[in-house]
Amino acid sequence: MLSNTLLMALREIQRNVLRSGLTVLGIIIGVAAVIVIVTLGAGTTRQVGSEISKMGSNMITLVPGGDMRMGGASGAAPPFLAADVEALRRELVGVSAIAPYAQRMDQVIVGNENRRVNIVGTVAEISVVRNWKVTDGRLFTLSEERSGKAVCIIGATIRKEMMAGMEPLGATVRVGKLSCEVIGVLEPKGQAMFGGDQDATVVLPIRTYQRRIVGNDRIAQILISGADSADLSDLKLQITQVMRERRNIAAGERSNFSVIDMTEVAGVMQTTIGVMTTFLSAIAGVSLLVGGIGIMNIMLVSVTERTREIGIRLAIGATEREVMLQFLVEAAMLSAGGGLLGITLGLIGAASIAPAINVPFVFQTSTVVQAFLFSAAVGVIFGFMPARRAARLNPIEALRHE
Amino acid sequence: MSKQGSASALMAEQSPGPLVAFENVSKIYGKGDAEVRALNGVNLQINAGEFVAVMGPSGSGKSTAMNILGCLDKPTSGRYLFKGVDVGGLASDQLAMLRRHFLGFVFQGFNLLARTTALENLELPLIYQRIEKARRRAMALEALETVGLADRADHTPAELSGGQQQRVAIARAIVTKPSLLLADEPTGNLDSARSHEIMQLLTRLNRERGLTVVLVTHEDDIAAYAGRRLDFRDGRIVRETRNTGKPSHAQ
Repeated sequence: MLSNTLLMALREIQRNVLRSGLTVLGIIIGVAAVIVIVTLGAGTTRQVGSEISKMGSNMITLVPGGDMRMGGASGAAPPFLAADVEALRRELVGVSAIAPYAQRMDQVIVGNENRRVNIVGTVAEISVVRNWKVTDGRLFTLSEERSGKAVCIIGATIRKEMMAGMEPLGATVRVGKLSCEVIGVLEPKGQAMFGGDQDATVVLPIRTYQRRIVGNDRIAQILISGADSADLSDLKLQITQVMRERRNIAAGERSNFSVIDMTEVAGVMQTTIGVMTTFLSAIAGVSLLVGGIGIMNIMLVSVTERTREIGIRLAIGATEREVMLQFLVEAAMLSAGGGLLGITLGLIGAASIAPAINVPFVFQTSTVVQAFLFSAAVGVIFGFMPARRAARLNPIEALRHE
Repeated sequence: MSKQGSASALMAEQSPGPLVAFENVSKIYGKGDAEVRALNGVNLQINAGEFVAVMGPSGSGKSTAMNILGCLDKPTSGRYLFKGVDVGGLASDQLAMLRRHFLGFVFQGFNLLARTTALENLELPLIYQRIEKARRRAMALEALETVGLADRADHTPAELSGGQQQRVAIARAIVTKPSLLLADEPTGNLDSARSHEIMQLLTRLNRERGLTVVLVTHEDDIAAYAGRRLDFRDGRIVRETRNTGKPSHAQ
């Protein structure tokens, strides 16, 4: 009997394809919107996660200034110096690598190619802290770092776009007024989270950078990577103590530097994305409600139109329950079908938007299943009233209905 | 399945009495000043195998009587016995079971499902009887053959003439092999030639299969096909005529 009911419902929907389609348009749009938002939200969350892990696990960033901020030194707060890095190296326990880090945009010239790129000053330990890998050549040696030698490691973009056809190792690159020898090429890292090519970069030893590029001895950030077993919160505490002592900050006074745990930042960002996704989904969900009302409306019209049919069915022996079930199944099938269509459109939409905004396309089975069940439930809930009305028709009057 | 159970209990019963009986049946619509007494203490017995014509002007109570006979309505007072069972005490689901298994309806307006083939129209009551597909098909085709429309099985009502539609409707009413066929002005929408075809079909079903037929009509020559004629007026049966001779128009 149930298979017959399903078949009857399917035929009734097919008879009025256009109307059925318009009826479930709200459901289709609502489900598609929810799927797009949730899928892109999940993609962004994953993107943030991988972006952070690309930066290196267990990484703590030390920046001047009392405010929690990402990167960049505050003008008022004193910057770090090489001595600070040495002190941290001496005092901290549970650290795998420490790297001073400074950067600015500057002119890079290779032969006839001329481009403004990101110039970074750091040390070889950066490869541990930020997971940078050198595909060709090598990292800086300790003596190169100490003497401030004119050597550099270039990003993949510089090699590809400015040194096409050239052997990069041993070549000379001009950075600002400095000519330096290329000793290594970095592995490509791809687009950054918020735009920008991470591979359009030239890395110099920090001392070379300070003396020959910026002309001062400041260090914008100190990047610290905890050992695998290290307790990050304990490490943060150690760093804070060392730096407060070095800067003679009295107890109770605010620090003029910040210790930022990147996984913590990632966590906050992911939570924010989650809240945004939920909020936007809720708005899209309202259209599901509107879609449900559309289904109720059309089912009521349908019951009126088919009054005679209902009369015939009751006369030949259908029970009220069977008539009710027929209309309920029809409504559920309509909205579930709309849900399927919406899921398909939503996935197509998400898959085509994802590359455009530079996030991965993340297919989530649970979201799809939930969207489908929810849309079917909308049909049952909003189909209930019309179905009950159909079942309660008086067969005599229904048969007389014109 | 208790509903099915009570239905089969009815089926098994070999009641010696009449197929259906009205015992002092009254039907009152409305209340107080607006009260309408559609049936007023009607007594009536119809035996299995009878062919009865019901006549009367509109408002005479004949439609009400048909609705009660068809278990679509219940008497306000008095008893309606179907195979000796008092229908007044049955719940609406049980009434549906009675209609499903023992009653066939033919209407003036044919009342076939639109955009549905003749065969599928015939299968509808069998679906409610939970008869499986292959057997359903066979029964539907057989009934279509009985009314001479086997070659129109795949036609929708819109593709059939009025006479053909009414024959499909009759086939749908008899496909479940009911005990009682109720025909409410089955020839009302048909021309004279088509009307007599339909009446000959009903007469044949009545004679060959022993199908009990109750027919409402306004026309004397249609009523002449029946073995007994009841005239209703003001909610009562005012005259009962037995037609002993052969109907004038038959054969």
